[in-house]
Amino acid sequence: MELSLRPGIDTLRGALPKDARVFQILFLASLLSMGVLARDFTLRWEQMALTFAAGLMTQVYALHRIGMPNGSYLSAVVTCFGLSILLRADSLWVHPLIAIIAIGSKFVLRVNGKHLYNPANLGVMVALILLPGAWVSPGQWGHDLIAAGWFLMLGSVVTGHARRWDVSWMFLGCFLGMVALRMLLLGQNPWVFVHQLGNGALLLFTFFMISDPMTIPNHRRARLLYAAIVAGFAIFWQYGLFKPNALVWALFLCTPLVPLLDRWWKAERFQWRPATG
Amino acid sequence: MPFPRCLALALLACATPVHAFCGFYVGKADAGLFNEASQVILVRDGHRTVISMLNDYKGEPTEFALVVPVPHVLPRSQINVGDRRIFDRIDAFSAPRLAEYYDEDPCSPRELEMMKLRRMAPASIAMDAAIMPKRSLGVTVEASYTVGEYDIVILSAEQSDGLETWLIENGYRIPPGASRALKPYIRLDMKFFVARINLQERARTGLTYLRPLQFAFESEKFMLPLRLGMVNARGPQDLIAFILTKNGRVEATNYRTVKLPANMDVPLFVSGEFNRFYKAMFDEQAKREKHRVVFTEYFWDMSWCDPCAAEPLTPDELRKSGVFWLNGDDGQGGASKVMLTRLHVRYTRATFPEDLMFQETADRENFQTRYVLRHPWTGKDECAQAAAYRESVRKRQQVEATTLASLTGWELGAVRTRMGLPAQPEAKWWERLWN
Repeated sequence: MELSLRPGIDTLRGALPKDARVFQILFLASLLSMGVLARDFTLRWEQMALTFAAGLMTQVYALHRIGMPNGSYLSAVVTCFGLSILLRADSLWVHPLIAIIAIGSKFVLRVNGKHLYNPANLGVMVALILLPGAWVSPGQWGHDLIAAGWFLMLGSVVTGHARRWDVSWMFLGCFLGMVALRMLLLGQNPWVFVHQLGNGALLLFTFFMISDPMTIPNHRRARLLYAAIVAGFAIFWQYGLFKPNALVWALFLCTPLVPLLDRWWKAERFQWRPATG
Repeated sequence: MPFPRCLALALLACATPVHAFCGFYVGKADAGLFNEASQVILVRDGHRTVISMLNDYKGEPTEFALVVPVPHVLPRSQINVGDRRIFDRIDAFSAPRLAEYYDEDPCSPRELEMMKLRRMAPASIAMDAAIMPKRSLGVTVEASYTVGEYDIVILSAEQSDGLETWLIENGYRIPPGASRALKPYIRLDMKFFVARINLQERARTGLTYLRPLQFAFESEKFMLPLRLGMVNARGPQDLIAFILTKNGRVEATNYRTVKLPANMDVPLFVSGEFNRFYKAMFDEQAKREKHRVVFTEYFWDMSWCDPCAAEPLTPDELRKSGVFWLNGDDGQGGASKVMLTRLHVRYTRATFPEDLMFQETADRENFQTRYVLRHPWTGKDECAQAAAYRESVRKRQQVEATTLASLTGWELGAVRTRMGLPAQPEAKWWERLWN
């Protein structure tokens, strides 16, 4: 009798959630816990509770308005985690207000049937530009996350459920490539590269923000070009203008290119749940 | 875990309503505590920047050389020799502090009421420029001045090894291998502010110490060049940066910024050796973070303090430290804010590969490294509740011992002994059962 592991693996795969956002939520939750427990985040639990309360209520309201009361809440949860991880404020009202704006934007700022901005990115930028008492701490993760962080990310890729990682790898390749090039041109200490590689904020941005399949171009060629543009802009922001928060600024300022790239290269829109049948 | 800890201590501080203000100041640990710590005052608003550097240099005056990368050639008017006392003032104002409280008579009617309430609540717990060749080795002397006791040259260079050779040939004592550290700045087209001591001028000032050098310039970079200082560093080095801004707390953008553990109750004997405690505590925390973080020691609006380790700086003192937005009488009725962020970094070559980059956040929540002493009631116990009070003091002291041992890495048994507690905590009932 032949022994095979195949049926076991298939059963296991079958038991795993089909929706990539479930994995995203698990990873974001573990990152947030690690941040609060081990990284001295200045996040208050009330701010987090208010983010989720306001965010999810906005999703409920908006789904009813568009006549889809049974719609999914997964994306809203992902956004609330994203905002909790990124946004810092010295008051209690900033987080819920931003959660409402971020999730509300998905239903209001739409082009060609897709929402335009990554909600967490838009929320953070609105807070940074318009609200008093709000900030982002790009150094909050430290730069020694290499082992743990990369392990998590690779884990999520291996699960094979999330698609469109091409944009993440292209972005990371371009960004780190330019950091390495700059290091060589300036004759800097090689530790500079290692320092950037272990940057938790870079990791999080690469795998959880720029990879949002709903807010990147549909066509693979367009996505790769887009990733390279965002990486170039982030490098310019960080090393040309010497301004902080390069990654979120680059994504925010480059997002309007997405509808243009979608018009140029046509392809099918992303679906979170694989089509049945 | 940060927030429950802060919450618990806020409760503790407020549980003593007798004191209208939060304790009174009894001691502080100043920056001089840390040997060879560089001290810098960095004032920043928009692109306008004023840097003051204090040199705690104790060697031969002829051996002194300071090399600082600057964004452009600084004219004489942008360079100043400041007043050393400003550093002492700003250091004293923001120094880690110790506050003390005295317990009330556990038998006073108000205390009896408070004890009842507490039981209900969960437990909380720088030659002569004329003789220098104008151009050699790709090095150009863009400007040279004598300011106070310093001879200053501003250099631009094409090659780092050329610059290193030039500096050595011109009698500057720079550590071997400096060219590697200089290279990135040259390639970024930065200039070098180079200072050494003018012995005649120094004799004229009659001072036995070096006054701080100050320079004002505009730059898009909100940063402090750390890397040059590491060329001849053997072990970890300390930097204390006093950063003055208008709006909020300053933090590093390319390193993690962490608040030091503070606002904790510590045993009473710390009062007599606060400096030793603070040094041990900082050493321990820096080691735990593997010399990879920037510590916040203080963040406060400079117009007030509580408790005050020293009086706030006067507008004149603030101007001398480089604050440029306080013009004349401050016609806005005192509305011009000055916020002070005190950062303390213990860095090594491997853990701080990049210069420190900063950002000003919108955070305005005050923070100070303050430690609390609680003196038990020494009067007579004249009521039944006094026994419960004594029990609570005993428990409190156990916690204070553990806190101190954990903060400083000191051995718990030794701490307990100094507190007059048995070296070992009392055995649990089940431990006594089979032993």
